[in-house]
Amino acid sequence: MTFFFEVLIGGLLSGVMYSLVALGFVLIYKASGVFNFAQGAMVYFAAITFVGVTEFDISPWIAFPISLIVMVVLGLVVEKVVLRPLVNQPQITLFMVTIGLAFFIEGLAQLMWGANVRGLELGLQDVPLEWVSERWGMSISKFDLAAAGVAAILVTSLALLFNRTRIGRALRAVADDHQAALAVGIPLQQIWGIVWGVAGFVALVAGLLWGSRNGVQFALTFVALKALPVLILGGFESIPGAIVGGLIIGATEKLAEVYIGPMVGGGIEGWFPYMLALVFLLVRPEGLFGEKIIRRV
Amino acid sequence: MKMMMKSALLGLTMLGVASTAVAQDTQFIPILSYRVGPYAAGGSGYFGGAIDYFNLVNATGGINGVKLSWEECETEYNASRGVECYERLKKKHGGASTVEPLSTGIAYGLLDRVAQDKIPMTTFGYGSANAADGKVFKWVFPVGTTYWSQAAAMVEYLGQKVGGLDKLKGKKIVHLYHDSAFGKEPIPVFEALAAKHGFELIKIPVAHPGNTQQSQWLQIRQAQPDYVILWGWGVMNPTALKSAAKVGFPREKMLGVWWAGSEEDVIPAGDAAKGYVSAAFSAPGTNFPVMQDIHKKIYGAGKGNLEDPTRQGSIYHTRGVVYGMVIVEAIRKAQDKFGKGKVMTPDQVRWGLEHLDLSEARIKELGAAAMFPPIKTSCADHEGSGMVRFQQWDGKGFKPLTPFMAGDKALVRKMVDESAAKYAAEKKITPRDCSKEG
Amino acid sequence: MFYREAGQFKTNYIDDSAIFPIRQDRIGFAIILLLAFVAVPLFATPYIFSAILIPFLILALAAIGLNILTGYCGQLSLGTAAFMAVGAFASYNFMLRVPGMPILLAFLCGGVMAAGVGIVFGLPSLRIRGFYLAVATLAAQFFIVWCLAKVGWFSNYSSSGVITAQQVEILGYQFRTPASKYLLVLGIVSIMALGAKNLARSNVGRSWMAVRDMDIAAEVIGIRLMPAKLLAFAISSFYAGVAGALYAYMYLGTVEPEAYNLDLSFRILFMIIIGGVGTVLGSFLGSAFIALLPIALSLLVGFLENSIHLSVSKSMTSNLELMTFGGLIIFFLIVEPHGLARLWQIGKEKLRLWPFPH
Repeated sequence: MTFFFEVLIGGLLSGVMYSLVALGFVLIYKASGVFNFAQGAMVYFAAITFVGVTEFDISPWIAFPISLIVMVVLGLVVEKVVLRPLVNQPQITLFMVTIGLAFFIEGLAQLMWGANVRGLELGLQDVPLEWVSERWGMSISKFDLAAAGVAAILVTSLALLFNRTRIGRALRAVADDHQAALAVGIPLQQIWGIVWGVAGFVALVAGLLWGSRNGVQFALTFVALKALPVLILGGFESIPGAIVGGLIIGATEKLAEVYIGPMVGGGIEGWFPYMLALVFLLVRPEGLFGEKIIRRV
Repeated sequence: MKMMMKSALLGLTMLGVASTAVAQDTQFIPILSYRVGPYAAGGSGYFGGAIDYFNLVNATGGINGVKLSWEECETEYNASRGVECYERLKKKHGGASTVEPLSTGIAYGLLDRVAQDKIPMTTFGYGSANAADGKVFKWVFPVGTTYWSQAAAMVEYLGQKVGGLDKLKGKKIVHLYHDSAFGKEPIPVFEALAAKHGFELIKIPVAHPGNTQQSQWLQIRQAQPDYVILWGWGVMNPTALKSAAKVGFPREKMLGVWWAGSEEDVIPAGDAAKGYVSAAFSAPGTNFPVMQDIHKKIYGAGKGNLEDPTRQGSIYHTRGVVYGMVIVEAIRKAQDKFGKGKVMTPDQVRWGLEHLDLSEARIKELGAAAMFPPIKTSCADHEGSGMVRFQQWDGKGFKPLTPFMAGDKALVRKMVDESAAKYAAEKKITPRDCSKEG
Repeated sequence: MFYREAGQFKTNYIDDSAIFPIRQDRIGFAIILLLAFVAVPLFATPYIFSAILIPFLILALAAIGLNILTGYCGQLSLGTAAFMAVGAFASYNFMLRVPGMPILLAFLCGGVMAAGVGIVFGLPSLRIRGFYLAVATLAAQFFIVWCLAKVGWFSNYSSSGVITAQQVEILGYQFRTPASKYLLVLGIVSIMALGAKNLARSNVGRSWMAVRDMDIAAEVIGIRLMPAKLLAFAISSFYAGVAGALYAYMYLGTVEPEAYNLDLSFRILFMIIIGGVGTVLGSFLGSAFIALLPIALSLLVGFLENSIHLSVSKSMTSNLELMTFGGLIIFFLIVEPHGLARLWQIGKEKLRLWPFPH
């Protein structure tokens, strides 16, 4: 039974890491209806920029704001150059544009910082908490707990931003109806700029946490694939959905790999979350927290 | 405008002249490299090493006076791009002598093509192990070691560690593998050896790309194995090391495949990688005379191929240099038979690859003593060595633990022959009769 | 002036339902076929055949398949490559296990198997829409590839899980040379492309477009959604399956399931978006763009390096190639969001008047 809980807790904690990536998708989708596939590339770009800057003997405390500025500028440029000319185009076109953007950012990242693989130490040891392993014989990583803490802070502050501030209200208005928002005088482009900037910030946080786990390398772009089932489960527009979806996906995926995997030859983590999300969608086609789609003729 | 057109045209014709002039007196080697994408670090190191060595050969007079030439083409590690690159380069500069894609997917895409075009393909340390049977795979050369030989050598090493192969009885060994053709390749050998020596083999696959391994490592902790064999690729390797640290599994008891044994695999894991052991088919380091030569003559002249010169002597760079040496030696061997100072045809290079005889003395002459094991290929045996070295990461570099050693070669060879015969039957190939080959 | 339909009267129903109702289109189409079947084989080199034209045609066929599903029926799919894999592995097994199986029949059977799998993974489309469906089709992508790699039977228990395509032989003729392979692929692709064009304007095609434009409205006017959507999935997967089999037999030779990965699915989706959603022509244009652009870029870089002796490192040019590729995709989508086929439409409009101003 201890083992079951160990897997469950481990799964929930990895789920938090998925949520961090999913948050970036949600932010942009919510505000502009763009399914931004380049989020994975942005995570990689953010992490490698941070590490690249620290290689000039710059302390991490200064490197962080520098990379943050780079990411925000990147977000603003993308918004202005790529997405603004494409307002009102079909969603699928916007989606494909972001894949093109992903290629561009990936090339840019390796061009700027080289293809070398780097390590990243955040000063958080990825080792089991001793008192937990002594007491219950479970291994719970300090790093995972810290990551969960960061995610919690991020979600709370984003939720506050969306629900309690003027900008947040404007964001929600834009998400509801672009034209109506424009009509009541909300500066649409400014709002989108802010959203892309915040998404860049989220990418940086996700990039640092994932980067210290996997190393800062191109494969960081793959984390986007972990975030997609989280998105459909939680709903594309919902910030709490990203967190809850992440927890569900993380826990079930790990439990499935441990308990179902051996029966079918294992390695099912690649598709299991998608299948789970698919089955779930059959019951609730708009995801857990997605807005109910009312369709009229 | 007219002027520009004219000069462009002139340039074009000049280009044509230049490339035909080059074609006649150089030995052309196409380089299907990958310098972008997830495996760029490995690709740039490996092909950088090969090019550095080719440059060194050219700077010191070529192969009996024959200079090497090469052209790079970016494959992005993608089978279809790789095939296009091969097709593009195979006829250039008088024709490709040999090709090395360094990617299992591309190698499969080229398998039929090289046989049809009669261009030998090398697969250094990857690809399908049954290609070691030269009777069936006339044009494919997994020179050095295959995955199967490596798997056998790993079991041999573990046997040594526990004090004899008979002591492996009752031990638990986990095969933690990348869930792909690559990861599954050694399973038949591990299973055969598990049956022979009586150890328990636990197979745990990791889905691509393997950037989370929580569940696998909890399973491993639950099983409490004696050793974990890490048959990983790319981001899976540092993640495995980190996850091992997370569940408290000692890294000294982890044994990696050679693709999990480069700086790129351990550095991202930071301190978690200390003590980790991996296999290798060549030794890293800058102290070998050949590496010193490259450092002085190539990097000293500012012609080095690595963007980051500190990567000289790294695992991938030295692997590339070894690849370069073996190819050059094959060409030299071919020249010994077919005429010194001549440009060899692909078929002649194939003959050279089939009659490689790199003894320890010869390797020493090349300035690479102990950098790679002796290799002696033949018509039936395209592998030629099957020897593997084990090395340990101490946080700064890989330190050798053993000399080059082989596992149960007889067993591996038997399995290679069976597998190749099955392939030949399926493809309706009549194996060559090696007793009739010169 | 040259491209006008004035004076071409349709005097009977057969004329009215022709695939190419305008004479100029028929002539143009005949010229293209003539070029492809006669002129190209006379002039192309083996490199052009085996590295450019064959993959271009095969991917165009897969793109037509996806276009049927996405362009005509409005169902987004990110699993095309997996259906291709089903086609390839099924064809391989039919050839292996049925003695005397003709290769074309094996391709057909491969396509039918893919269609069957397509129907299964199309079922969720009855409830799920838009991006939710797209991400759900990723389940098909990952599951099918996993399954093909995991179950040894599919690859005849090959230790590394790869399949090696058998020699292609029709009526005793062995397709070995690049030119012969090209002609076979071209033949299959032409027939299937014509079939798709025909299908799109049939009763089925019209019901698909109604579903695409608004499925509730389509249901109201009496189109049964389930058969319409599932048929689209089946036919789309059939095309993908045949394309996948060709990809294995005519192009790569020996393939691992991993060759049909998500990346390939994305590339095919790109082809229809860049080429033009809902047109057969667009599938060809898109395939040309996506399959050939990287090659063109790398040739261009090679040429520049040689001609102006630009000595930059290979890593830099490789990365610049990737960036340019991404940049051009963005550029084309911004300039012409409806795809390259739309440019052709605009061209036709112009041709109608040219050289007169009105």
